[in-house]
Amino acid sequence: MPVKEYIGLSKIDGPLIFIEKVKNISYNEVVEITYKGSSRFGQVVMLSNDAAVIQVFQGTEGLSIDKTSIRFLGRPLEIKVSEDILGRTFNGIGMPIDEGSRIIRGEYRDINGEPINPASRMYPRNYIETGVSAIDLLMTVVRGQKLPIFSGNGLPHNRLAVQITRQARIKGEERGRFAIVFAAMGIKHDSARYILSSFEESGALKNVVTFLNLADDPTIERIATPRVALTAAEYLAFEKGMHVLVIMTDMTNYCEALRELSTARGEVPSRKGYPGYLYSDLASMYERAGMIKGKKGSITQLPILSMPNDDITHPIPDLTGYITEGQIVLDRDLYRKGVYPPINILLSLSRLMKDSIGEGYTRVDHPHVYSQLFAAYSRVHEVRALASIIGEEELIDLDKMYMKFGKAFEEEFITQEEDENRSMEETLDIAWKVLGHLPKEELTRISRDEIERFYEKRED
Amino acid sequence: MELKTGKLYMINGPVVKASNTSSFMMHEVVRVGKIGLIGEIISLEGDRATIQIYEETTGLRIGEPVQSSGKLLSVMLGPGMIGNVYDGIQRPLEVLRSRSGDFLKRGVEVLPIDFKHEWDVEISIKDGDTVKEGQIIATVDETSSFTHRIMIPPGISGIVKNVRTSGRYAVDTVIAEIDDGNDKYNLTMFQNWPVRTPRPYKERLAVDEPLITGQRVIDTFFPLNKGGAACIPGGFGTGKTILQHQFAKWSDADVIVYIGCGERGNEMTEVLEEFPELKDPRNGKPLMERTILIANTSNMPVSAREASIYTGVTIAEYFRDMGYHVAVMADSTSRWAEALREISGRLEEMPAEEGFPPYLSSRLADFYERAGKVAALGNENLGSVSIIGAVSPPGGDFSEPVTTHTKRFTRCFWALDKSLANARHYPAINWLTSYSENIGDVKEWYSKTVSKDFFKLRNEALALLNEDDRLQQIIKLVGEDVLPDDQKLTVRAASLIKVGFLQQNSYSKVDCFASLNKQYEMLKIMLVFYEKARELISLGVAISEILKGSILNTLMRMKEEVSNDNVEKITVIGKELDSFFMALKKKYSGKPHNM
Repeated sequence: MPVKEYIGLSKIDGPLIFIEKVKNISYNEVVEITYKGSSRFGQVVMLSNDAAVIQVFQGTEGLSIDKTSIRFLGRPLEIKVSEDILGRTFNGIGMPIDEGSRIIRGEYRDINGEPINPASRMYPRNYIETGVSAIDLLMTVVRGQKLPIFSGNGLPHNRLAVQITRQARIKGEERGRFAIVFAAMGIKHDSARYILSSFEESGALKNVVTFLNLADDPTIERIATPRVALTAAEYLAFEKGMHVLVIMTDMTNYCEALRELSTARGEVPSRKGYPGYLYSDLASMYERAGMIKGKKGSITQLPILSMPNDDITHPIPDLTGYITEGQIVLDRDLYRKGVYPPINILLSLSRLMKDSIGEGYTRVDHPHVYSQLFAAYSRVHEVRALASIIGEEELIDLDKMYMKFGKAFEEEFITQEEDENRSMEETLDIAWKVLGHLPKEELTRISRDEIERFYEKRED
Repeated sequence: MELKTGKLYMINGPVVKASNTSSFMMHEVVRVGKIGLIGEIISLEGDRATIQIYEETTGLRIGEPVQSSGKLLSVMLGPGMIGNVYDGIQRPLEVLRSRSGDFLKRGVEVLPIDFKHEWDVEISIKDGDTVKEGQIIATVDETSSFTHRIMIPPGISGIVKNVRTSGRYAVDTVIAEIDDGNDKYNLTMFQNWPVRTPRPYKERLAVDEPLITGQRVIDTFFPLNKGGAACIPGGFGTGKTILQHQFAKWSDADVIVYIGCGERGNEMTEVLEEFPELKDPRNGKPLMERTILIANTSNMPVSAREASIYTGVTIAEYFRDMGYHVAVMADSTSRWAEALREISGRLEEMPAEEGFPPYLSSRLADFYERAGKVAALGNENLGSVSIIGAVSPPGGDFSEPVTTHTKRFTRCFWALDKSLANARHYPAINWLTSYSENIGDVKEWYSKTVSKDFFKLRNEALALLNEDDRLQQIIKLVGEDVLPDDQKLTVRAASLIKVGFLQQNSYSKVDCFASLNKQYEMLKIMLVFYEKARELISLGVAISEILKGSILNTLMRMKEEVSNDNVEKITVIGKELDSFFMALKKKYSGKPHNM
């Protein structure tokens, strides 16, 4: 199809430009915008009669009404994918920004992808051992799952993400088939450097594809970044049979960009000014995780988002939680107490773990220990609330035991070193050790046999 | 009729506008663009039409054609639906997969039911018979446990001729002709019905029979009627979907229509993998043999999500008309409401609360009113549609519009509670804020079928839980230790009911489903425990003595250790309980009071 070129705009408004008297333009088509020799990219977001509205990824700064030229490229936003992308670094819309050459081999793919047919999906059942006790026992990650980390400013979400990536393994799997796709949206240079250098240290860099849209890069470009990254991930997983872990950080910045664009388009806002379609929009990315029948690879997503003001009911974590298969919530109070990783156990959850744990997967007692730890730790919170009123001395003996259990649970079970890599067996054994602080009559969620086999009273 | 072509002049996401459409019908299905995307007319003005498109609109151009179809958005109803998984506009996903691969392509049109498959048809009319609308004229054994009854479509009646003999036919075979004096109608085994129009029935009946779900907190405390509607609101992670799956598995309905509306893909896969393996507790057949899934996951187009709940409920009504009890699970109606909001926003309509359109409440009312128990048209069979709608309130806040409006049109409210879910108390249905307005209607059924004192026990237990709630407030301030023994007992007994009865493990083979009989016996013995213990405490026995024995632990574990077909075991536990209390009483009756 011949490329059409027009000169002159009718209006510039925030990240949007308006152009009239255009013909035969298609919806969502990519345009190249050239002004004074430098070019940037945009996308058609609305068409009406002979007028088009275009969102400009790199922002509209410096464009003029009369001299700007627009070329309609006749295709949606695409990236070129092949195995050559492994080990490379791209910007937020998929253009190489490292020293390497252009990607020469490969095929173009629409970054919006297509929804996986629900009938083609394979239910994920293979758990990933992360070596982090709290996660492995209480919110087991499953290959093909989307499990976000809900964090806040100043909390160690990046360190945790790096630890998970470094330690993640599946029993009896070769490492070569494993790839990481890292998408940064509006994060600071030093955070990005920390994450990348830790990939480098672990020797994984040749299997990492990086898409960087940093804090000072154009805001609107961020809207494309996770989609570009997931398109690359889909290629590696479903064409090349690799197990791909996609880390997307920080989804909050993505949503802010979307809100900015939506406001510029004059759309009716929903909660906190975010567009009414935020749920569908997030889902169109998160749902790209999964496994497909008859294909070897998988996409596991680990999106990271910072909760504005630590508020879990804010629309971004709220809608994310409705789409993802659980969440890992980091907790400021625990972090202050010096607990690393500061995972808030009661608020965290993995929805897919139930079919991937227990006999034949981890260990027979896992489901019951899981349930018991939650119940007991939730009791600890009640007892602590009470103790803060009447004083610890006044508690009944059983409650005192719960206090001891709570302390041990946080200090021995949750807490571990950043380079400490615990096996599932070790994790379960520590859990039993901690449960030893409670009398065995309290362990109502564990079967009598398992109590017989694993329980040991702790007297200290 | 002549098919017309309009012309696109505006494109904005899933909403497009076309001109030259004055002869198009409201809610007519159209094919849009050269690629043939499926859409529906949602407003007409002069010669211009607004169309919502059920597929992604990338690549559409101004000036491309819009082709009319002459049909309203409809479902195709006939043998071959059971066990299928459809998208929001009834395209079978397995067929789409074999046609276009693992990812959904656009512009693909496929038949909802297989016209090639031949069924063994048992025809029960003969030439010269007079038939009327709704009458059952043939049967097909669609699965080993489900008989599909072929009906005369609504609006058709007359004298039949050229009736075929029973035999093997495909669904589009003309099995008879019906002559109403003016027109001749070719009768096949399928019919079409527009999804936005409720199917007609003879009359609505009183709902006086519960839908048994096997979930103790529902059946015993907050029962739903066959033909009723229930609302399950809950923030994320409170267990809406797991509960909906439980209903789909264990409800005593003949047909289940499960609508996954804007939810997770992996959850639908779970159903698809699990249901063929699970056995229906009523007849031992695979659960998939009574289930139809509508899967319009959150990443599939938003307009089809809007249509999906109508597609589901119309299919349910069709089975109701045969005289079956159908249960519809809609997960989640909030996603449907959001789809409505998104489309309304693109139409630039004036928003009401939180950006939702003002007609949100009337649309919800229309949907939930399609639940009901009826005498079917033409055959007078009793059939029902029950609807269980999950609601996902933003931030778990029940005062948002979808929850408050849904509450107005449903008589059961099962409130899921975040703090219960955090303590892994599942199902996390809050017993204080939930309600069922159906108790009065089903009282008689329970006292006839289970026991006369069923609701008496239920009310006692509820009162106990209420009292416990009051005491918990005190405990939070001063601790359990300062309570007098009788109040400590109340707390312990309430905890027994909470852990031993209300909590139910959906992954346990024994506990996932509890028969009404088991529910009744369990609750009864727990209350007996409470009563006897109270008596002893009034005699001056210390509560620590009562808690010392293993009896409380045994009662806690009943749900796991007593299976549905061995409920008599509870009688044995009852004897154990009797002798335990007898011994205690004996031990203390010799001593003076007030020790």
